[in-house]
Amino acid sequence: VLTAARMASGMQEKQYTPSLLNFFVYNPTFGQKEGEEEKKILFYHPSDVEKNEKIRNVGLCEAIVQFTRTFCPTKPAKSLHTQKNRQFFFEPEDNFWIVMVVRNPMIEKPNKDGKPPTVEYQEEEIIDTVYGAVVKQCYSMYKLFNGTFGRQMEAGGVELLIQKLEKFFYRYLQTLHLQSCDLLDVFGGISFFPLDKMTYLKIQSFVNRVEESLSLIKYTAFLYNDQLIWSGLEQDDMRILYKYLTTSLFPRHSEPELAGRDSPLRPEVAGNLLHYGRFLTGPTNLKDPEAKFRFPKIFVSTEDGYEELHLIVYKAMSAAACFMISASVELTRDFCEQLDGLVGPQLTLLASDICEQFTVNRRISGPEKEPQFKFIYFNHMNLAEKSTIHMRKTASVCLTSVHPDLMKILGDINCDFARVDEDEEIIVKAMTDYWVVGKKSDQRELYVILNQKNANLIEVNEEVKRLCATQFNNIFFLD
Amino acid sequence: MSEDREERPLDREERPPDREEHYLDREEHYLDREEHYLELCENPVQFENASSVNNVFFDEANKQVFAVRSGGATGVVVKGPDDKSSVAFRMDDRGEVKCIKFSIGNKILAVQRTLKSVVLPDKRSLKQLKSQSINVNWYQFCPETAVLLLSTTVQGNVLQPFAFKVRAGSGTMSKMSKFEIELPVVPKPAKLSLSERDIAMATIYGQMFVMYLKHHSRTNSPTAEVVLYHLPREGVCKKTHVLKLNTTGKFALNIVDNLVVVHHQSSQTSLIFDIKLKEPDCAVNTHQPVLPARSIHPYRIPLAGPAVVPSQPPIPCQLYSSSWSVFQPDIIISASEGYLWYLQVKLPPTVNLLQDKGKLMDFLLRRRECKMVILSVCSQSGEKGRLPIVATVFDKLNQVYKEYLEAEQSYTAAVESGPSRGSAAPKRPVRTQAVVDQSDMYTHVLSPFTERKGVSHKFIIAVLMEYIRSLNQFQITVQHFLYELVIKTLVQHGRFYMLHQFLQYHVLSDSKPLACLLLSLESTYAPAHQLSLDMLKRLSTANDEIVEVLLSKQQVLGALRFIRSVGGHDNVSSRKFLDAARQTGDQMLFYTVFRSFQQRNQRLRGSPGFNPGEHCEEHVVHFKQLFGDQALIKPSTV
Repeated sequence: VLTAARMASGMQEKQYTPSLLNFFVYNPTFGQKEGEEEKKILFYHPSDVEKNEKIRNVGLCEAIVQFTRTFCPTKPAKSLHTQKNRQFFFEPEDNFWIVMVVRNPMIEKPNKDGKPPTVEYQEEEIIDTVYGAVVKQCYSMYKLFNGTFGRQMEAGGVELLIQKLEKFFYRYLQTLHLQSCDLLDVFGGISFFPLDKMTYLKIQSFVNRVEESLSLIKYTAFLYNDQLIWSGLEQDDMRILYKYLTTSLFPRHSEPELAGRDSPLRPEVAGNLLHYGRFLTGPTNLKDPEAKFRFPKIFVSTEDGYEELHLIVYKAMSAAACFMISASVELTRDFCEQLDGLVGPQLTLLASDICEQFTVNRRISGPEKEPQFKFIYFNHMNLAEKSTIHMRKTASVCLTSVHPDLMKILGDINCDFARVDEDEEIIVKAMTDYWVVGKKSDQRELYVILNQKNANLIEVNEEVKRLCATQFNNIFFLD
Repeated sequence: MSEDREERPLDREERPPDREEHYLDREEHYLDREEHYLELCENPVQFENASSVNNVFFDEANKQVFAVRSGGATGVVVKGPDDKSSVAFRMDDRGEVKCIKFSIGNKILAVQRTLKSVVLPDKRSLKQLKSQSINVNWYQFCPETAVLLLSTTVQGNVLQPFAFKVRAGSGTMSKMSKFEIELPVVPKPAKLSLSERDIAMATIYGQMFVMYLKHHSRTNSPTAEVVLYHLPREGVCKKTHVLKLNTTGKFALNIVDNLVVVHHQSSQTSLIFDIKLKEPDCAVNTHQPVLPARSIHPYRIPLAGPAVVPSQPPIPCQLYSSSWSVFQPDIIISASEGYLWYLQVKLPPTVNLLQDKGKLMDFLLRRRECKMVILSVCSQSGEKGRLPIVATVFDKLNQVYKEYLEAEQSYTAAVESGPSRGSAAPKRPVRTQAVVDQSDMYTHVLSPFTERKGVSHKFIIAVLMEYIRSLNQFQITVQHFLYELVIKTLVQHGRFYMLHQFLQYHVLSDSKPLACLLLSLESTYAPAHQLSLDMLKRLSTANDEIVEVLLSKQQVLGALRFIRSVGGHDNVSSRKFLDAARQTGDQMLFYTVFRSFQQRNQRLRGSPGFNPGEHCEEHVVHFKQLFGDQALIKPSTV
């Protein structure tokens, strides 16, 4: 992928960002007989690769994993660095391996005299933890919509599993934007919407009432502005559902809204109540006699395994409520109409309440309190994540406002933190005169980028203290 | 049943009790016993029943019943509202007694034997203080408010009230503005059309009202109604409320607990009206009965005295008898049986009769003895109610609770600021039973509810959160025990993530006890530790606790850095830190901490040594053992 072309010493260089070369899923216990090696492969991307090459690549991975196991039986290799690419190995379930091969970023320098250009691979630009996290995310997302590999094997044998993998990853891999993966993928955090107690309690009350009236609903999640406010799901399930909602479902639906194409204010005939509620999953128009009442199904963990649920996502203005209902129940037009009639007006009201509250708070806190810092904050305990570096996510890309070099430094500091349990602080002066500060206190991590060319170490330290005092004064964060 | 106020003996009619009918009656009543929301008091005033030789009189002002035997010659027995005020005496029989009364405090007795003269047996004289000349059809006097109402004009429907003020030695009488009662039909030619029986005076919610029982007329209103005229001390009397009776016949009125009770004789039932209860379906101030018509709870006359035969059951008393006399506000007298009862409202049956729980709460919150009934309504709605109903009930309770708290607060403020000139001393707000506070709710409703079997924990938590939401909505500070209950319930059902989210949004407000509770949860839910520390930090008064927590986690450097950052380094106990540092077994850590305190000592006292009071001797020895004497900061290095 060509993303940047820059002039350097009079010659035009082409820079290539990291890209996906291969992605495959295999199980070494399948097709163990000579000549049946292909049976090990459950999914292979790109699919047009010649069969023998597939078998060779899978075999190589198998060998590497086996080989490294001799050194540490419990922790086989996680990645393999080569000049041209980097491979990531992940065994999410016993004997099921997912392998992702990423081509290293590279610079292509044209040569004189019509010689082919020289390619320079930037082997050190890729961070293991970032792409390792991406592979895990791929699996989690698959599992969210399909359940475990093992479940499919039980349900329909290897044929079903292959079919499901094909169906899921064919589309999912197209949405992977490896060039914009960074520290946030490592965290896989959740952005929470800041809210006052009273409005929060109102939302609680709303959720409880809806769950009581429509007793089919087992779990509810509530979001505003793509940020989470309430989750009835457990943390790990919410984490991946949140990822799906904010990087896939919401962006897909916000674009027509932004374009002003559908103005979904609907006059309700019966109660004569106006509301903005609509289904983001399931039927697009309830009034349509042909409407289908099919919703995506998701799998979440329970005390003893997994349960399958319908995922109803219903949105009114910026407020979105996800209702989850056991998949064993068939959802009918009646139910959807009931939900629409009950939730639509209430959610519209709540959305405007929250919006009002939000603007009031904005006004109180004032623009001067807006941070001049660029920072990323993450709390491992509640997965809360906050970034002033990242722009709003869209379906296609996740934009950052800082140079990739700085993002790389953040990733490196994070790797350092991961190695020890102790609280730490790392201050780095980047080549570009930026200061990068990483702090770890208990389960929290904070990364700050300061653009103060002439500041010294002490001043930078003071500056970060100040930031903590204003931005994080309500949490215990050691200086 | 009559509402006769003529100064004549109460009904002396002896009726043969119709046993058969009574028996049936009673059976029927027992079937729906739960529905009787009115009852006669258990301890009626008992007197000798009216007969040919015994005349009975009632004085509304003193609430005394006079039983006059043989014109007083064989004795007069006076019974007041309580046993102590009973008086007995004799007087000469000088003819039929038309009326007999005591003055306040039983000081002066007045007897009326002829139409136009009153005898004061003690031969005292009366003095005319003031006179007014008006043509009067009839009059009524309300002892509670000391207001006299005169019926004037030919039709009798122009009422002229007078207010009396009695002070020691003197009194005043002032004319209030007169008003006209709207008659259903204007008779032609004009004749007296407003009967004394159809007018009663009462105090409802602290306001004086003239109640007019407006009978149906063929032309306009098909059923009877009670029209209330508000009679302010100053200003104009206005028609303010219309109570729809939806039937016709003979009625009598009582006021009980600020409710207007309308007895209907032919159906032997009563209705109650609450003028503060707004009717959404009716025009302003038109009221329908709060509850469906029910009879007064069956009453049995206890057989007292030595003649009582144990096997003989008490005799059922005929309710709504035509010999009953009804007096304001809440008195019913049966002269023929010799009883004076106070009418009472029984609240428990109303709970099932009033389906609209919001309306029920409005109704109950204005009643005197409401607390236990309200709490039982809360428990019930917790059991089988729906959340919106539960929410309405909580909101209504907390509205009253908040009003009380505010009154209390401004009272305290007024008391603290001392007496101010020109304003009366602050009055402590009265805490009525309608004030249901958090501990009432906790003890009687919420805590038992969380332990109830067969209720989903989801619903329990929803109810608890709804209560907390309601308290917050009324800006009432939530008390710790409620948070504790929420946490206990969540922990019991393993809903830690839910708890985490509540804390994240500060739904459970910060406090030291809460932080400590969270700390205790750490072993079952690790993030509780962080939540607790955050809370202690926000409290900003819990720095010592934070240090303790960190030290207990062997985070000695963290504790040291923290206490420095909040400026408490100079005052902390060095021994505590050294103990903790030594316990970690980390020698370098011990070295660092030890040296840091030596530096502190140097800075504070000019010498690195520890004071004897700090009890650090053993740590000094330990330090020397580990690192040698030379590692100590020497005093000379200043």
